[in-house]
Amino acid sequence: MNILIINGLLIDPSQNMEKSGALLIEDDRIKGIVDPASYSINGDTAFLKGQKDKPYTVIDAAGKWVVPGLIDMHVHFRDPGYEYKEDIITGTMAAMSGGFTSVCAMPNTRPINDNKTVTSYMISKARDAGYANLFPIAAVSKGSGGAELSEIYDLVDAGAVAVSDDGMPVASAGLLRMALLYMKPLGIPLIDHPEELSLSKSGYMNEGVASVKLGLNGIPQTAESVAVARDIMIAAETGSRLHLAHISTRYSIELVRWAKKMGIPVTCEVTTNHFSLNEDAVDGYNTNAKLNPPLRSERDRQAVLEAISDGTIDCIVTDHAPHGHDEKEVEFDKALNGISGLETSVGLSLKLVHDKIINKKQFVQLMSYTPSVIVNLKNKGTLKTGADADVTIIDPDKKWVVDKNKFLSKGRNTPFHGRELKGRAWMTIAGGKIHGNTRT
Amino acid sequence: MVSGKGIIGLKYLGKDDIEKIVETAFSMRDISKRSVKKVPTLRGKTVINLFFESSTRTKTSFEIAAKRLSADVVNFSYASSSTSKGETTIDTAKNIEAMNPDVFIIRHASSGIMELLSRHLKTPIISAGDGTNEHPTQGLLDIMTIRDEKKRIDGLKVVVAGDIYHSRVARSDIYGMGKLGAKVYFFSPPTLITEDYASLGARVTYDAQEAFTDADVIIMLRIQLERQATGLFPSTREYAKVFGLNEQRLKLAKPDVIVMHPGPINRGLELSSGVADNKEHSRVLKQVENGVSIRMSAIYHTIGEGHEYTDN
Amino acid sequence: MKSVIMDSTAIERALKRIAHEIIEKHTSVPVSLIGIRTAGVFIASRLAEYIGQFGRIPVQTAILDITLYRDDAAKGAGRAIVRATEIHFSVDNTFIILVDDVLFTGRTVRAAMDAVIDLGRPKVIQLAVLVDRGHRELPIKADYTGKNIPTMDDDQIKVVLTESGSKEDAVYVIRKGD
Ligand SMILES: [Zn+2]
Repeated sequence: MNILIINGLLIDPSQNMEKSGALLIEDDRIKGIVDPASYSINGDTAFLKGQKDKPYTVIDAAGKWVVPGLIDMHVHFRDPGYEYKEDIITGTMAAMSGGFTSVCAMPNTRPINDNKTVTSYMISKARDAGYANLFPIAAVSKGSGGAELSEIYDLVDAGAVAVSDDGMPVASAGLLRMALLYMKPLGIPLIDHPEELSLSKSGYMNEGVASVKLGLNGIPQTAESVAVARDIMIAAETGSRLHLAHISTRYSIELVRWAKKMGIPVTCEVTTNHFSLNEDAVDGYNTNAKLNPPLRSERDRQAVLEAISDGTIDCIVTDHAPHGHDEKEVEFDKALNGISGLETSVGLSLKLVHDKIINKKQFVQLMSYTPSVIVNLKNKGTLKTGADADVTIIDPDKKWVVDKNKFLSKGRNTPFHGRELKGRAWMTIAGGKIHGNTRT
Repeated sequence: MVSGKGIIGLKYLGKDDIEKIVETAFSMRDISKRSVKKVPTLRGKTVINLFFESSTRTKTSFEIAAKRLSADVVNFSYASSSTSKGETTIDTAKNIEAMNPDVFIIRHASSGIMELLSRHLKTPIISAGDGTNEHPTQGLLDIMTIRDEKKRIDGLKVVVAGDIYHSRVARSDIYGMGKLGAKVYFFSPPTLITEDYASLGARVTYDAQEAFTDADVIIMLRIQLERQATGLFPSTREYAKVFGLNEQRLKLAKPDVIVMHPGPINRGLELSSGVADNKEHSRVLKQVENGVSIRMSAIYHTIGEGHEYTDN
Repeated sequence: MKSVIMDSTAIERALKRIAHEIIEKHTSVPVSLIGIRTAGVFIASRLAEYIGQFGRIPVQTAILDITLYRDDAAKGAGRAIVRATEIHFSVDNTFIILVDDVLFTGRTVRAAMDAVIDLGRPKVIQLAVLVDRGHRELPIKADYTGKNIPTMDDDQIKVVLTESGSKEDAVYVIRKGD
């Protein structure tokens, strides 16, 4: 499709750009930023000077931000295997609705994505659906069992952009070291879910004042930081790329800060949940606030905000984890972990901009550019000429109230239902195709 | 207060509610001492004992309490594995509710189950203990036993000792006694408590001397022997020696100290036999007696809307 | 509309007369008066004093809380505090006089009889009331009555006594409407 987006604020950290202007899209590519003198507009249609036979659909983005399509490099789509929670169609629709043009799907499906059949299935089902781009993350170990490596080269060949046993850590340091060494030539990251199981095993929420009040067994901070320290050491030795999933404690953050200073190839992410909420959200045994890692103390949340601000944290993810109603409306200890997050992420993340914790460019960096670099998505995360026509138009000031019943995701498990947010995706363009524009 | 909603945790009750339940329990105790141990007040009411975790003592105590008020009692016991048969706890409870009971007495292994069930049930619930969270009627009977003996709670030094971390009794005790002005000490090995417990208003100590000195009341919690297997303490011998209550340590307390224990006692572990059998100080059997009275009061106050009586 | 039907003098006279009647009719000592909480307790202790004065015979008093014997539990009794019943003598084979302020439907007295019978097997139970206002719903009748007062059934009878903090004793009728 040929599109001309006018009057928007173009924000693109890949070009260190933040300026008003017009963005031209031709078919599935970004054609470039164009000067107002170079086109004329007639109603909803525009023409470039001297090209009367080639109309462009005009989108007026006055008061809005025009940014490279957002990328969520940590989602769980449950397809194949648990389609009642989410399937690739509803998942990629929810992504588009939330402003994401690309998502990376974790391998904890049934069967586990540890073979190229599953990888190919996921890619082709998403392509046929035609919503957001889906990039599978394959399992580090067969069946994510933590014993034998999966066929990582084959999986990458089939389209996997990273490997992870997420949901579970790579529990054995030996296997982690082996995996990092083995995959080094591929240049893809291993994404570890840092958790020391012998420390977290009997807990259901962060160990602290809130768990004492509720009488729920706690998960100590060290369950995460001990694993982060181990992972960093192995990354340092192997020199392979390690990405730490959803870090949440102040000590984890300090360790990453130190690792980066030492030049160790480590990147990390934080979820919208962990910077938006603290352990008090569990009050009243709210299973929608039950996550792994658990929501932490306010002090940890503040440390997370600081690390987002100073760049220690590389990107924001949702860890979108849809579940069925009956999997949450049960005893707290039996409830499954996670939040359906794709459709609230932009609103929650924009609060960081409104609260002046980050600037607009950092926002785009955290939600599009850096993830594209981490998982090597060439031609994404940027508005440069020739890049994929993945563009998100954000209305940064639009106030709206989260209504889980309006989610496109099958997962209605959110602790943000009823919360007023400021700002959301107004239009999402993936591969030059427009979705949305219904919520002016 | 409790009427219509039930008693699911002392964290939700005000000081007045607690005092009213305890006050009424003393009148209930008089009934239990008569030859006709029954009053007709809850004639035609149905009390459901719904136990997802076995506890013969607590169930029996509630059953006797309900019967002394002339209510009909029906017992349902489910192994905690009942959900493996496919039925959720919510469905189980709703099925029984369809038979129109007047109050549920529920015991369950999951903390927070009372909050979950009260969102799904119209019938009031009295908690008979949920997970490691609360055991409100135990907290109330502990308060009653202390009140009975000391005539007050305010200003007393109450030591709660043992596996605080896994104890629903400790949590109900601190919520209840804290509201009534007691100075509560938690004494435990650091593996069975965290510093965060101070946030409940208790003083946390690992020192027997500090804990027991000048105590008015000592509540020894039951140590679950399987904790040893999980490495929370190395041996029962060492536990008894460092953290148990024996005759020697009892001398640190006030001369009129009373010793309580929710039962069943591990003799020689948390409590030496000498202390357990010491008639002057031990109030363990008194707690059992008061348990029935507290549960009569709890059931009585929970059933029905209530109004002041006038017949003039 | 609220009107006084007995002032303190009338109340005193009525109670003294009941005391004399009890002295006349009693068949065993000591005379055992059981006051029904709350006002009945005060009246019982006044009667005990008069009986002691006039008859020079031993009197014992006790307190009965009938909350748990009310027949309206279906409507719920939840909020009413259950106060102690304090009967420090055996009711077995005892000549008992229940004492209350107002006799109305008779349900309170029925509950009180049940409560006493649960404590043992009295030889006789009699009833003394300050006011009988009629409208009985049960076959119950007072043995000693201070005053019969014809009322409408939605009238309210209010007995105030100095023991419960009022300045003067009095019995009022409170009539709805007009
Ligand atoms: Zn994870």
